[in-house]
Amino acid sequence: MSRQYIIRRLLVAIPSLLGISIILFCVLALAPGDPFSEIAANPAIPPEVAASLRAKFGLDDPVWLRYLHWLSAMAHGDWGFSFASRINVDTLILQRLPTTLIVIGAAQLLAIIVALPVGVLAGTRPYSVFDQIANTLAFIGFSLPTFFTGLLLIMLFSIKLDWLPMVYNAELSSTGWTWLWDQVKQSIMPVMVLGLFQGASLVRYVRSAVLDVVRLDYITTARSKGIGERRVITRHVVRTALIPVVTLVALQMPIVFSGAIVTEQIFRVPGIGSLLISAMLANDTPVIMAVTFVFACLVVFFNLIADVLYGWLDPRISYR
Amino acid sequence: MAGSTPASLTAERPAPAGIAAGVTPRKKARFSPGLEAWRRFRRHKLAMASSIILGLIVVAVLLGPLIWRVPINEIDFASKLDGPSWAHPLGTDDLGQDILARLLYGGRISLAVGFCAMLVAAVVGVMVGAIAGMSRGSIDAALMWLADLFLSLPQLPLLLLISYLFRDSLTKILGTQGGIFVMIVVVIGGLRWMQVARLVRAQILSIREKEFIEAARALGASSFRQVVRHILPNALGPVIVAGTIDVAAAIIAESTLSFLGLGFPPDIPTWGRVLFDAKDTIDIAPHWALFSGGAIFLAVLTINFIGDGLRDAFDPRRVL
Repeated sequence: MSRQYIIRRLLVAIPSLLGISIILFCVLALAPGDPFSEIAANPAIPPEVAASLRAKFGLDDPVWLRYLHWLSAMAHGDWGFSFASRINVDTLILQRLPTTLIVIGAAQLLAIIVALPVGVLAGTRPYSVFDQIANTLAFIGFSLPTFFTGLLLIMLFSIKLDWLPMVYNAELSSTGWTWLWDQVKQSIMPVMVLGLFQGASLVRYVRSAVLDVVRLDYITTARSKGIGERRVITRHVVRTALIPVVTLVALQMPIVFSGAIVTEQIFRVPGIGSLLISAMLANDTPVIMAVTFVFACLVVFFNLIADVLYGWLDPRISYR
Repeated sequence: MAGSTPASLTAERPAPAGIAAGVTPRKKARFSPGLEAWRRFRRHKLAMASSIILGLIVVAVLLGPLIWRVPINEIDFASKLDGPSWAHPLGTDDLGQDILARLLYGGRISLAVGFCAMLVAAVVGVMVGAIAGMSRGSIDAALMWLADLFLSLPQLPLLLLISYLFRDSLTKILGTQGGIFVMIVVVIGGLRWMQVARLVRAQILSIREKEFIEAARALGASSFRQVVRHILPNALGPVIVAGTIDVAAAIIAESTLSFLGLGFPPDIPTWGRVLFDAKDTIDIAPHWALFSGGAIFLAVLTINFIGDGLRDAFDPRRVL
């Protein structure tokens, strides 16, 4: 893969990031309610002071100028100050981000581990009993909303069986191996909820990708050369079928983030998703804007990874 | 068209009218694309079963409140958090309100949100797709870039952000129920049109080059007439399938918003809202969460199966 290709994809990512920032800023600018309305309504503050405050924060500037100011502030890492937590927004997000990324990463891993063998088996035996069962289960899996699965798991494993803790505890008191065990125990349910939801839709993608490849001539060639069925599947079918699946995994990231917000909220996982919800309930606008923007950046970043991986796996793409 | 010179090779084949004339004497008198799609759809057993179940849900939600005349907000602390009984078939909630009545009433709103959001998405998507498909060059490229941009937006955070920012002013203009309903429908629909737009554009790009469109163009049909009368009816199948899936996605999106406490207020018991209220008492009153979550799950699952059945019915490549 050429370096040129990566640079080209990077250059394509910049306009979409700018576009997303414009959309976010428009939403904010169009929103009714002026951050300074309280100050203007307060009789203790003279109108001149209010006006100079407005001028200082550039509220009377034209929209495009305000957008540029906001953008340069975001680019400089000056993300504002959280009203609710009394610390800078960027430190707050940096504290929370690793938890979210670990949960999402583990969930995606679980989804791939489940979906890959099931999808390949279903795709190589289309319309068999196994395929039909897998297909029905996949449908049930992605029709079950994450918030309902979360509650169901809590009912089963925390209340009925009392195996797993109901909520995530960020400050575990235990140390050493017990700490690790507690950490695993409290992460199982959030990761399962997210991972099985993702896995269910992934199964169908893997299955159809495998179905597309199995019919191709080179598979017949491989079989006619006398290569065993297992080897044909693992070496010839799966390698090609995985190329579109890799892209899909990355393109599914926006959905994963949506799921992460819900799961973090149910299990009280201290990630940026639950930060977003608590900021909304506390009217903490700087945090809301920053978290939404971080989500957007992560999505663009994963799209970029998808493109680069696609170019690496399928060299025809990068030479086009 | 009498006397026109045959321009293509197909004109030298025996005229299709002759074949049709040869077929007419046979028994099979009625035949139309719609009937053919229905014949294929009936083969999909799960989709047929789902249509019946969904039909029952819709009838129950529309007529249920007329038959089950228990008020949705009758507070009765004597019977709070009761399990299912003859007086309350689905039990009661923490205020002693009848869950069946609340679910029947809220189902109207949940299903209406799903359906209306799908309509918004379909209308916007068809328009954008048609404009992009018929205008080559820069407009097409710009619209498709916009669709890609919207696809990489983080949906749920944006949905939460918009409902957080605009909720108050819209409820002032349109009243609590109407304002939130319009906002949720527009926002969910406005974030889901991209898939339809891409489908319509792809269909137009291929159908536009077919001979019958060439004929329409030769007869002087304007591009608008070509699209509306000749292209869109032929491109409808995939759009219907995508629209069906969108209904399910919109129901999930609305339930997610309500579940996070940022959708409908407590006096409008949509299924997601009921589940949100139920989640703190799942240890003592699991029926409350199970019935409301089950309603969402059943609606979404049946819609997804129907979408799958329609996909089979409209896909001419599948032999059924």
